[in-house]
Amino acid sequence: MLSSQIKSNEIEFGSCNKDLLEEIIFYGLGLGADFVEIFIENTDNSSVLAEEDFITSVSPSFGKGAGIRIFKDKRDGFVSTNDLTKHGLMRSVSQAIEMLDITDKNNRVLFKGLNNHKDYSSTKKTWIYEVPSIHEISEKLLVSNKSLKKNNKIITRKGSYSRNLQEVIIASSDGTYASDIRLHQTVGLNVIASDAQYRSNGSRRFGSSGMPNEFRFWDHEKAANDVFESSMNMLYADYVDAGQMPVVLANKFGGVIFHEACGHLLETTQIERGTTPFENKLNEKIAHESVTAIDEGISEGSFGSLSVDDEGMEPEKSVLIKDGILKKFISDRAGELRTGHKRTGSGRRQNYSFAAASRMRNTYIAKGEYSKEDLLNSISDGLYCKSMGGGSVGATGQFNFAVEEGYLIKNGKLTKPVKGATLIGEAIEVMPKISMCGNDLELAPGFCGSISGSVNVTVGQPHIKVDSITVGGR
Amino acid sequence: MNSREITTHISKAADFLNVKKWDYGASFSNDFSVQVDKGDAKQLKASQKQVLTIRVWNESNLVGITTTSDISESGIKKALKQANIASDFGNKNESTEFSPLAKEPIKVKEVKKRNPVGIKKLLTLLREAEVKLLDSHESIKSVPYNGLSESFFERVYANSDGAFRSFTKSQAALYLYARAEEEDKKPRSSGSIRLGYGVDDIDIEACIKEASNKTISHLNYSPIKTDKYLICFSPESFLTIINAFSSMFNARSILDGVSLSNKNSIGEKLSTEALNIYDDGLHEKNISSSPFDGEGTPTKRLCLIKKGKIESFIHSESTARIFKTIPTGHAGLGSKVSVSPDWIVVEKSKGDYDLKTSLNHSNFDGEFVYIEELNAIHAGVRASQGSFSLPFDGWLYKNGNKISIESATVAGDIKYLLKNIVNIETNQEVTTSGISPHIWVDELSITGDA
Repeated sequence: MLSSQIKSNEIEFGSCNKDLLEEIIFYGLGLGADFVEIFIENTDNSSVLAEEDFITSVSPSFGKGAGIRIFKDKRDGFVSTNDLTKHGLMRSVSQAIEMLDITDKNNRVLFKGLNNHKDYSSTKKTWIYEVPSIHEISEKLLVSNKSLKKNNKIITRKGSYSRNLQEVIIASSDGTYASDIRLHQTVGLNVIASDAQYRSNGSRRFGSSGMPNEFRFWDHEKAANDVFESSMNMLYADYVDAGQMPVVLANKFGGVIFHEACGHLLETTQIERGTTPFENKLNEKIAHESVTAIDEGISEGSFGSLSVDDEGMEPEKSVLIKDGILKKFISDRAGELRTGHKRTGSGRRQNYSFAAASRMRNTYIAKGEYSKEDLLNSISDGLYCKSMGGGSVGATGQFNFAVEEGYLIKNGKLTKPVKGATLIGEAIEVMPKISMCGNDLELAPGFCGSISGSVNVTVGQPHIKVDSITVGGR
Repeated sequence: MNSREITTHISKAADFLNVKKWDYGASFSNDFSVQVDKGDAKQLKASQKQVLTIRVWNESNLVGITTTSDISESGIKKALKQANIASDFGNKNESTEFSPLAKEPIKVKEVKKRNPVGIKKLLTLLREAEVKLLDSHESIKSVPYNGLSESFFERVYANSDGAFRSFTKSQAALYLYARAEEEDKKPRSSGSIRLGYGVDDIDIEACIKEASNKTISHLNYSPIKTDKYLICFSPESFLTIINAFSSMFNARSILDGVSLSNKNSIGEKLSTEALNIYDDGLHEKNISSSPFDGEGTPTKRLCLIKKGKIESFIHSESTARIFKTIPTGHAGLGSKVSVSPDWIVVEKSKGDYDLKTSLNHSNFDGEFVYIEELNAIHAGVRASQGSFSLPFDGWLYKNGNKISIESATVAGDIKYLLKNIVNIETNQEVTTSGISPHIWVDELSITGDA
């Protein structure tokens, strides 16, 4: 490739940029990098907020940028920029080279040029024209909000929609050359109910990836009923009494317990930091034998699904835990380089301004053989967690997450609603206590914040029983 | 393109689209950061960022907005066009106008200009800090979370009425989060953060010492019995909880029905008369200060709680108009403008009050729980309900001894907490989010493992 053959001086989406990208990669290798990776992004986003019976905010946004990462030995330098000209990209390469203090010259022999372009976007170019218009979204949100007003205890009603369309080009010195278009749509409904000194929230979020028509088929009546009932059930709830107790976690978003308690600790970034207790536990039992856990990026329409990850690799289905035995870690390029665990197509980032890191995609506990009633019947005194709030895990593996909607279990039956519960524990202790898995696996969309920003994920599980966990309350 | 050129381009594009009224906010930044892993450079980062937010008013005075990172001439035109389209969906029930204070003089703190020290120096300093922290105690095996960064940025606000403000500043940050491991014991970790206008302003030694001391002090831990306790909040933890419930002072939240306060709450007694709370974005210790908000309103000191009673709310232009007052300099820039506090200052008000002044965290020898740091705020706070249930790092003080608490949560209600303040110590301490003394609260629930 000769620089004189370059036809364009700026990256163009929807065009072949091979010559320009190759020149930039050659340039980085020529300056002594072991590896050069270019991630280029173009976004077209929109969000709409409906409050009560009015649209109160419409916020479109768009932008473009590039993230360039250079590896030398096991170190990496990352530079992000909004300048997509050849000059701007080469300047970023130079800056990354300079940061890594690279003095060896000329590694270009390693690079045989980019492979044939893998265009995952070819069937997706019409998506932008197929998604609902602002008018259509607004009307549906207003109808949804109206459905939430089922009695006068509902004092606030909100419906929100956001659509993120991301077009990416990924090229690197191992020959990777891929393009993709990603579409994520979410709808959230939220109410506050109030009666004298009592207050409660009800909220649900729905989301999909790909599927530009999904919002049109969203059952807003069912969603509104669910949110309303949740707020009413919790309005007069007492605070939960704190203590150690058995819990049943509902399917769908109950999967956040695995995401927080264990999933993060199976990311190679945690091995690199030395913050996971599972580092040397491969092929050892780390969970109850009833637990099989999977992380994959290939379920059609699921919020964490990918055609290709942000490092240009097709995602694989990774069985992380099989019958309680740890089988695999979630790995990205840097993770493979620094820990030896093979990449799993899990290199993900919020946008061009973050370097990719090993991140979960669609992560769930596989279904078991029990019914929900079997799980409840096994408990005389405990807590049923129907809806979860957010959670987090710390540097020592201690996790916590909030229970938004909970009910006491007495002699195998659900009884009164309780609020204010927080589940806390440590992964290494709680995983062996997940003793029963239901047969009703479902997935739920969410957002996960970590080292490479906020990414779309799915959490999921069937109903599960945890034999004992600390419940924070009053 | 500089900010004056952007203003000119927007003005031209607005004329072309026949948009008479517009404003914009923009930010431009250059950031550099390093992370290390046992002496090796782990990830070195640099970024150049630009963000432009344009608002336009259509002929019906409805507002539309667009945000973009494309500040080319064509990008600006596209943004203006999209904002114009979005204005068809502007909020018909609540209008937004230019801030009446957008041309008022602003106070810009005089800070000596800092120049970038460069990645290599950042790396050298962080490596040295990591070594010192690892050497500070044999149980500290790693510093899994660490970083040293410097940022240089410019913020701009301008509108079609001729307002134009900009300011440039620099900021540096160091964080060190150590992890200690001992045989047959659970790992413990703790950290420290320091901010400065430049890297040379950061007291690196103090950051190392604090991260080390905090981590080591938690090595001998025990579970705590679930019960109600007398609590002492550290300045940092009290500021965390006040910020988490700042919707009590937030006019936007009040109008949206998600605040514990209402329009008539000014004068409502929330706590002991000994408590004053201010928001003071321009405080000399606030490294992150900004002289104007997203709407161009000057930042100022504002009393939120005076002698235990709500004194004022924080406002944007539109909420101030609805409340028949003036904007307070706390707004963002959006089609629905949000407001948020800048820098909370908590103090003991002047006067003699019925406080238990014998409660002093440094010498009180009765039983109490000291909450050093609250965690997982995003998960454990229900701001619209007033309730919280939060994991924390802290100690149980008993019979003159202090025992690190293994793992526990503190739960309660913010109004109950404020009403049950039994002492406010005299000395204020500066943190990264504000200033506060130690605050004592009676009878809060702690859940532990014992």
